[in-house]
Amino acid sequence: MDTKYFADVAARVRIDVIKAIYHAGSGHPGGSLSAADIVTALYFKEMNIDPKNPDKPDRDKFILSKGHAGPVQYAALAERGYYPVEDMMSLRKLGSPFQGHPNMHKVPGIEMSTGSLGQGISVSVGMALANKIDGNPGRIYTLLGDGEIQEGLVWEAAMSAAHYKLDNLVAILDYNGLQIDGPNEKVMTVAPVDEKFRAFGWNVIVIDGHDFEEIFKAFDQARECKGKPTAIIAKTHKGKGVSFMEDEAGWHGKAPNEEQAKQAVEELGGEW
Amino acid sequence: MTDKIATRAAYGKTLVKLGETDKDLIVMDADLSKSTMTAEFAKAYPERFFNMGIAEQNLYGTAAGLALSGKTVCASTFAMFAAGRAFEIIRNSIGYTGANVKVCATHAGITVGEDGASHQTFEDIALMRTIPGMTVVNPCDAVSAEKLLEQVIGFKGPAYVRLGRAAVPVFYNEEDSVTIGKANVLREGRDVTVIATGIMVSEAMMAASQLAEEGIDVGVIDMHTIKPLDEEAVINAAKTTGKIVTAEEHSVIGGLGSAVAEVTSKHCPVRIEMVGQHDTYGESGKPEELKEKYGMTAADIVKAVREVY
Repeated sequence: MDTKYFADVAARVRIDVIKAIYHAGSGHPGGSLSAADIVTALYFKEMNIDPKNPDKPDRDKFILSKGHAGPVQYAALAERGYYPVEDMMSLRKLGSPFQGHPNMHKVPGIEMSTGSLGQGISVSVGMALANKIDGNPGRIYTLLGDGEIQEGLVWEAAMSAAHYKLDNLVAILDYNGLQIDGPNEKVMTVAPVDEKFRAFGWNVIVIDGHDFEEIFKAFDQARECKGKPTAIIAKTHKGKGVSFMEDEAGWHGKAPNEEQAKQAVEELGGEW
Repeated sequence: MTDKIATRAAYGKTLVKLGETDKDLIVMDADLSKSTMTAEFAKAYPERFFNMGIAEQNLYGTAAGLALSGKTVCASTFAMFAAGRAFEIIRNSIGYTGANVKVCATHAGITVGEDGASHQTFEDIALMRTIPGMTVVNPCDAVSAEKLLEQVIGFKGPAYVRLGRAAVPVFYNEEDSVTIGKANVLREGRDVTVIATGIMVSEAMMAASQLAEEGIDVGVIDMHTIKPLDEEAVINAAKTTGKIVTAEEHSVIGGLGSAVAEVTSKHCPVRIEMVGQHDTYGESGKPEELKEKYGMTAADIVKAVREVY
C-alpha cells in the first residue's frame, strides 16, 4: 500500500493542530499529535462518511473520548472538507464554535460533546447498541487516552460492550505512555492494557499507531471479528512529528510560543 | 383518596402502555428492575430493555448514546445512584448534549426506610435542577405520575423524574389536568399557602384540614414540577397569603424550598418556613417512623404554619 498520501495528510493535520493551538495560546498538542495518524486513517479511509452530508443515517461515527485532543479532530474534519482550515484558527476564543473540548452542536462532523474522560466510550457503547437495534451498518470508533483508562467508567463501558457483543464498536487506545503528571507507571499503572481488554471480552490488536499499514490492517481485522468489540492498542509517541515535543509529558497541555510553533511547522514540512 | 399506590408502580405501568405504540422507547436499568418496576417493560418488550448491571455511570453514558441515535430512553435506578453517583455523566453527556434521556429515579427520600442513610437521598432535586435544560418533576401520586410521565416521555430532551418506594394516597382523578410546569392549586386559602411536592402533598392536605378546624385558612399547591418552576403560582401565593410554608421529602438546602425562595426574594419577599430534611443524614426505620423523627409529617407542616401565621 502506498501510505505516502496518508502521511502527507497527517502532516497537514499536525500543522493545523500546531497553528491552532499557537493562536489559541493554550491547548493540548502532545496528545493531538500522537493521535494524528490514527485520526487521519479513520477520516480519510476507514470510515464511511460524507462531508457534504454529515448526518447521513448509515455513516460511521468517530467519538473522541479523549476530548482534550479536540484540535486533531477539528484538523482532520477541516482537511476532509467539512469546513475551511482557517475556521479552526479561532480555537478556544470567545464565541468560537471550536471549543477547548469538542461540542457536537457547534461543529459539523462532531458526533458527541466530549472532554470529561471516560464518557466517550460509554456513549459509543450506546450508539453501537442503537445501530444493532436498528440494523444500521454504521460502525462506531472511539479514541481513548492511556491516562483516560484510569477512569472506572471506561471499564464499566468495556464490560457492557462485550456483554452486548458489540462487534460494530472499535476502541482505539492512544498508548503514548504519558499523562499530565508524568509516565503512566509513575502516576497510576495501566499496563498490561492488552490483557485487561482481553479479560473484559474484547478482541485485542496491538499495533504501531504511527504505521498506516498496521493501522489499516487492524481496522480490517476489527471488521472481520464477529461477536466481540475490538480494542486496538496503538503504541504512539506523545508530540509525534515535532522533535522537541516528542515523548515529553510537559507538552500535554501547553501551547508553543511563536518561535516553537514556527520550528514545529517547519519540521512538519509546512510554511509558517 | 382511598387507594394507596407507589409512584414507581405508576411508572412501570406507564412504560408498558407507551412502549406498545412508541417503538423507539428504550428502557434501561442497573440491576434494580424489580424495584424500579422497569421489569414490567422488560417482560413486555425484552428486545427494547437493557440491563447495564450495577454500573450507574455507564447506564447514563450508554443511555446518552442511544438517545443521540434517535431513541427515547428511560434509564432507572435508585435516586441516590442516578442523581448522586452519575451526576457528572448526566450533566455532561445528557444535559450538555440535550440528549433525550429521562432519568427516572425511584426510592427517593426518607421513605426508602429500612435501607438507611446510604440509600436515602435528600440531594437529588438540588443536583438535578442546577443542570441547564433539565426538567425536574416530582409527582405526588400514581395518577399525576402517569400523566406527568406521559408528557416527560413525549417531549424531546433531558428530564429527571423523582419517584418513591412507598405506596401513597391517590389524589387526582383521571379527568384532572396535570401539566409540566403548571402548579396545581389543590386548596385555596387566605392565611398561609403550603407549597408541597411529592409525597408531602398528602401531608399538606391533612395539615390544611386540621388547621381549618382551628380557624386557619391554608391553601395547598402541588408543585409537581420543580423546574421549570411555576413562578406565577409562587408569586400569586406570596401576594395572596403573604406567608409560605414549603414541604418536601428532600433537603431544605437546594430543593423546593430554595427554589420558591429564589422566586419570592426577587418578586415578592415573604416569610417562608421550610419543612424537609434539615442538613442531616437519615437512618434505618419504618418510613412513617422516619418521617416523624426527621420532621416530614402533617404535624410538622401544622407547626410550620403556626410559626408563620
